[in-house]
Amino acid sequence: MPKAHAARKAPIRVLIAKPGLDGHDRGAKVVARALRDAGMEVIYAGLRQTPEEIVRAALEEDVDLIGLSILSGAHMALFPRVLSLLKEQGGGKIPVFAGGIIPDEDARRLKKAGIRAIFGPGTSLEEIVATARTLAHRAA
Amino acid sequence: MTEASSRLPAAARAIVEGDRRALARTITAIENGDPSADRIVRSLYGRSGRAPVVGLTGPLGVGKSSLVNSLVGRLRSLGQTVGVIGVDPSSPFTGGSVLGDRIRLERRADDTGVFFRSMASRGAAGGVAAATREVSRLLDAAGFDVVLVETVGSGQVDVAIRDIASTSIVVLVPHLGDEVQTLKAGLFEIADIFCVNKVDLPGAEQAKRDLSELVSLGGRPSEWEPPIVGTSTVEPQGIEELWNDVVAHEKFLDASGERTRGERKRLSSEIVGLARDRIGRELLDRLERDPSLRRLLDQVVARRIDPRTAADRLVRRGRSAR
Repeated sequence: MPKAHAARKAPIRVLIAKPGLDGHDRGAKVVARALRDAGMEVIYAGLRQTPEEIVRAALEEDVDLIGLSILSGAHMALFPRVLSLLKEQGGGKIPVFAGGIIPDEDARRLKKAGIRAIFGPGTSLEEIVATARTLAHRAA
Repeated sequence: MTEASSRLPAAARAIVEGDRRALARTITAIENGDPSADRIVRSLYGRSGRAPVVGLTGPLGVGKSSLVNSLVGRLRSLGQTVGVIGVDPSSPFTGGSVLGDRIRLERRADDTGVFFRSMASRGAAGGVAAATREVSRLLDAAGFDVVLVETVGSGQVDVAIRDIASTSIVVLVPHLGDEVQTLKAGLFEIADIFCVNKVDLPGAEQAKRDLSELVSLGGRPSEWEPPIVGTSTVEPQGIEELWNDVVAHEKFLDASGERTRGERKRLSSEIVGLARDRIGRELLDRLERDPSLRRLLDQVVARRIDPRTAADRLVRRGRSAR
């Protein structure tokens, strides 16, 4: 178990999901694997998830953190929808981070809307893992 | 609110009344050994024992998750509600896990008749997690008509599902080995139902024949003769039959008295297990503060006494310290 987490004893649970219709899940898988190797329990929800399904899964699985991956360009529609459904259903405190192809201007707006971190192409896995851990601990 | 439920702790009452968030949080607390789960688990025990707990086990890649999805679909079409636990392995190196059983689940996002929870094995052997039994009981108490438990992709000796499920389905696929494999001890012994999945693949008939030969050899502890069902989840077939066999087995358990016998056996080992854990913990606690353990250890390291003798003394000290 990673040292920073030993105090809480329980592993961080994180949902990794791909909203929208693009079928490219390599990025999501690489991130899932890296979080696993960092000692987290990664619920991999897979491709083509609707915001409703993602929120449902996050609440049933009682995750500490949600990671969304998207390459289709529909992030401005789908991410805010995930955030608002979470809030509606009592999961407003669960931090959400995202990765994919997201233009800077959109990223700024999404962060303002409540997405806690956004990772573009070329981000190191170390950075993603460290951010995920920080977000989960701050929320706990 | 009924009078009985008004006596429950608030979280337990919420669970019984259908609060899925309370259910999800309590599952987490059980998994983490969080003391907040203790009262809830105790108070809801009396409400469990109603739902059939159906275990699906078998080697990795045989299609357990897809079968769970098909069974969920079947049960929903019968108007039954379903709680599902999908167990996947934790890494023995990092403790991390990728839980992917959900990926096969197809259901409407607003269908509250299905609750799916992924669970990491967290170092437990046998194909399920330490928390699986209590969580399946919680789903039962929460009012789901049926509880499905999908184990870790199992090896030959991963038979712990037997201690949790009222009906165990062993899922296999064609070409897993010759008929001698079916004679081996372990997995094949716990089947209440054999399911040959991917029955559309060549070799399915041979696999079914090998299994029926195994079944015909007899030597089972009860009168129940495990049926062999061929299924496919691609072009769905056999799912209805599979569920009918589960229902038949559950009826058999009641009619034959096997349910009570099995429960008594399972519960006695559960009680003894819980007591053993507690005694072990208390013994350890006491001895950690006790310098004589270190002296005992020194003597064993120096080969002056052997581990068995040291254990004898430990037990004696534990008893006299009480």
